[in-house]
Amino acid sequence: MTFWFGLALALIALCAGLYLLLPAGRRPAAAADLAGRLLRRGAWLFAVFMGITLVCFLVIHLAPGSPTDMQTTLNPLADADAQRRLAELYGLDKPLYEQYYLWLKRLARLDFGVSMSSDSRPVMDKILERLPLTLGLNVTTLLLTLLLSIPIGVLAARRRGGMFDKATTLFVFLGFAMPGFWLALLLMVTFSIDLRWLPLSGLTSVDYASLSPTGKVLDVMSHLALPIFVSTFGSLAGMSRFMRASMLDVLQRDFILTARAKGLPERRVLFRHALANALLPMITILGLSVPGLIGGSVILEYIFALPGMGQLFYNAVMARDYPLIMGNLVLGAVLTLAGNLTADVAYGLADPRIRAGLRIGGAGLRDTEEA
Amino acid sequence: MRGAGLLYVLKSRTLLVLGAFLVGTMTAAALAAPWAAPFDPLAIDPDAVLLEPSALHPFGTDSLGRDVFARMLHGAGVSLRVGLISVGISVSIGTTVGLLAGWFRGLVDECLMRFVDVMLCFPTFFLILAVIAFLEPSLTNIMVVIGLTSWMGAARLVRAETLSLREREFVQAAKLAGAGTARILFRHILPNAAAPLLVSATLGVAGAILTESGLSFLGIGVQYPFPSWGNILIEGKETLGVAWWLSLFPGLAILLTVLGYNLLGEGLRDLLDRRASR
Repeated sequence: MTFWFGLALALIALCAGLYLLLPAGRRPAAAADLAGRLLRRGAWLFAVFMGITLVCFLVIHLAPGSPTDMQTTLNPLADADAQRRLAELYGLDKPLYEQYYLWLKRLARLDFGVSMSSDSRPVMDKILERLPLTLGLNVTTLLLTLLLSIPIGVLAARRRGGMFDKATTLFVFLGFAMPGFWLALLLMVTFSIDLRWLPLSGLTSVDYASLSPTGKVLDVMSHLALPIFVSTFGSLAGMSRFMRASMLDVLQRDFILTARAKGLPERRVLFRHALANALLPMITILGLSVPGLIGGSVILEYIFALPGMGQLFYNAVMARDYPLIMGNLVLGAVLTLAGNLTADVAYGLADPRIRAGLRIGGAGLRDTEEA
Repeated sequence: MRGAGLLYVLKSRTLLVLGAFLVGTMTAAALAAPWAAPFDPLAIDPDAVLLEPSALHPFGTDSLGRDVFARMLHGAGVSLRVGLISVGISVSIGTTVGLLAGWFRGLVDECLMRFVDVMLCFPTFFLILAVIAFLEPSLTNIMVVIGLTSWMGAARLVRAETLSLREREFVQAAKLAGAGTARILFRHILPNAAAPLLVSATLGVAGAILTESGLSFLGIGVQYPFPSWGNILIEGKETLGVAWWLSLFPGLAILLTVLGYNLLGEGLRDLLDRRASR
């Protein structure tokens, strides 16, 4: 991990160096522009990140109670002295700003500290072993959502008020109102208990170790089918609704009229001229949906007993494992910021008109709201 | 509304009417709960454990013999309070931030909107979970925390409205007439920005109800033995495949209430929006 961090820094330094080596007159203007923007953006991301960690740290440490309560006040064998020694061990006796400073210092070395639970393992290890499942679940969900919501949005917008539009609108309202955990319960009853088609919960079956490699893949897939369905259903409504609105917006522009007027086939107008433009705002929405997905995985992993980040976080909160909670929050923030950044960069790459005014955090969405 | 009257309203405002009906029903249920509930929602009856729905217990009983219908009527009050109060908090914060940013512009605007951007990058549900678990789960804490983490949309909306309204003639006239900033903001600008704000608040109620039920389902919302739709579903999960009525009815109630507020919000948007509705 430290290695990759170092490599990234070295690459950035290399690019900056090469750029500075060029004589001032021959430096490509676009590159200078890009470099300046990246620098500003980097500084802004860093500030946001620090803000998030500070607020999280304060909220968690200022809340009444302490992680040592479990082992001391609730334990008749422990006296006040034991509590003091335990607090000292975890560094909880130091003033808050010093604790935050020490935590930041460790973070700079990508060290999230050691879990306060009885296994005392590094927080980083605990998170990294849980991350692939949550990330895999969310990426699959996002891909499926895109794959379904784009055609739904396009077709619904093509005949506004038509049968398909009405049917999908109904579906969208249901999707918005459906509590994901309730849908999960209903599906579990139907497919796992009544029909016995799919396993009830967990990631693997009891006989997982004895299965063939193909059998193992199928086993995990059958365990993930319901969680992925529930999560996709939840985000599909919003995404297809947004796609429809974006498409409707584009379809009334002049260039669509031009395309139709010069006799292009409707298919080409819809899928080449309209779709390309309607997809742009979707990129921003994708970036903005990252925090929702990360948060949503808590309930999803809880109900399906999946050993992912959400479950880890839930358990950490219940046990007041400060380092583990902070580690999860930081990672959640990093994923969110990365999602936003990726969306903005992708937006810039996809739309030459936008390249001039890149801004973080749903600037695109705000523009559409104000337009 | 022309002569055709009721029928015309029903046809042209389907969303609004349907939404108002659902919201009205749920509100009535919540208000009537203390009198309408056939049983005490907390009364345990060892002789009536896990009974299927019947005339006596319309929604059945739970594993302690408590009447699910009575518990759900009382749960409606929880959802209603969470929805209205947390949205009240978020709209107050959002309106204040939006008015200040839109009116003063410049540095104030820049700082406030950057703060909104930061808030939008928060892993909100993680934070809500941690805060509530630490502060002792209670209805008040849930309402406050949901309110404090969901005001950003309202802030952006009010800011955008303020930015356009402040250039209008009636605002300039009020300024010339010597009205103070507070008076202009709250008496002249805010009422004119109320329509979109009302729509977003209505949709916000739906979101808050969903969040609360999720928290209660995780066991950190409304605490045992007091009922909420989310924590009746915990029992639904525990008796999965045994007592279908414990998972079906509370979930359906959440679905219909959230649907009601969403429909009402969309209906209001169609009704109030000056711009072409989407």
